[in-house]
Amino acid sequence: MAFSSMALPKMISTIHYRSFSVSTVVAAIQKMTRVRVVDNSSLGNTPYHRSPRVIHVYTKNGVGKVGDTVLLAIKGQKKKALIVGHKMPGPKMSPRFDSNNVVLIEENGNPTGTRIKAPIPTHLRKLEGDYSKLLAIAQRFV
Amino acid sequence: MAARTQRAGTLIRLLGNVRFQNERMFSVFSVRLRAAGPSDEPPKFTPPAKPVIVDKSKPEEAVRRFISPEFIPPRQRTNPLKFYLERKDMLQRRNVLNIPEFYVGSVLSVTTSDPHAANNTNRFVGICTQRSGKGLGATFILRNIIDGQGVEICYELYNPRVKRIEVLKLEKRLDDNLMYLRDALPEYSTFDFDMKPVHLSPTQDVPVNELKVRMKPRPWSKRWERPKFNIQGIRFDLCLTPEQMEHAQKWAEPWRKYDMLKEYDTSSLEEKIYQEVQAELRK
Repeated sequence: MAFSSMALPKMISTIHYRSFSVSTVVAAIQKMTRVRVVDNSSLGNTPYHRSPRVIHVYTKNGVGKVGDTVLLAIKGQKKKALIVGHKMPGPKMSPRFDSNNVVLIEENGNPTGTRIKAPIPTHLRKLEGDYSKLLAIAQRFV
Repeated sequence: MAARTQRAGTLIRLLGNVRFQNERMFSVFSVRLRAAGPSDEPPKFTPPAKPVIVDKSKPEEAVRRFISPEFIPPRQRTNPLKFYLERKDMLQRRNVLNIPEFYVGSVLSVTTSDPHAANNTNRFVGICTQRSGKGLGATFILRNIIDGQGVEICYELYNPRVKRIEVLKLEKRLDDNLMYLRDALPEYSTFDFDMKPVHLSPTQDVPVNELKVRMKPRPWSKRWERPKFNIQGIRFDLCLTPEQMEHAQKWAEPWRKYDMLKEYDTSSLEEKIYQEVQAELRK
């Protein structure tokens, strides 16, 4: 029994990197979208058998774009996050990323981590008032 | 023996240096003589003109002919006047902004004005993976990998936000669309932001980089092995079995190339527009 409980997460994590994709490849972020956490918070970086996924998008149409807030199911808990890049091409002259990136935030909008590893679109700076602490820990803008 | 030859070599080099210095001194001196005319104050230093090296042993070649693909209108029933007016606007923009010759596969750097970036400019470097659109709405996509994160930006050629377009490496690749770089290993789309521009003479032909990329394991964003993409730049032998390659040929439509209604011969149109554009630019 002990063996199985040890082996199970490992096995599932290998299954997680399986060779076929489940959700649609190119779409903006909606419910059940699996996302990549790009800050250095321990919650987002410790391996877990189930990848973080969106369980609610705080917009009127349920579609999340860069700058929108989402609710994540991550490691069995609920956590808010800010979308900082997605696969779907946005307006012209703005970057499109190869993965759906989010940054974990607290209820009051402060970032959970202390550093953001991936580049961040500059037009997020429009949100300077609400997320100034998050933008301050960004390493690089594109 | 060797030491003696070496010494002789240094002596010759020294002599050369002395002669070079003499020439330089003489040139500076002559400049001063010419400049020191009526007034007594020391004249300002004027750097000597940069010598233009012309290789007369080679016959003179014509400068490469190039017309940007967005000048060629698409085949449709729209009034040609619309495309003519758009061409005029495009040339007006080209008088202000230098849009260089580039192809899919060239490495570019684009500087845009961005009110949210530091000192209002934003520079991006990447490989051009696609050119699309005709007329004023023409776009191109640059791709690069920054901090392990793939980033693509779709730029509009005639957008007033574009400040400067610079070609860092002018070359072509085996394909006209490099969207498969999304599924290729990251090393093929990683480019340094401090890359030095590689010079190519305007009379030389644009080199074709015959690089074949290795892909990430499948699934890919598209089934690149299918005949409709007709991709030459992928090492399919590393990721697909011969049976799979054979199976992909099931979607080949070999009769398409005999469809005369699909033909769009732009050569005469291209010539006409080239003359028109050149005449406009000479004004």
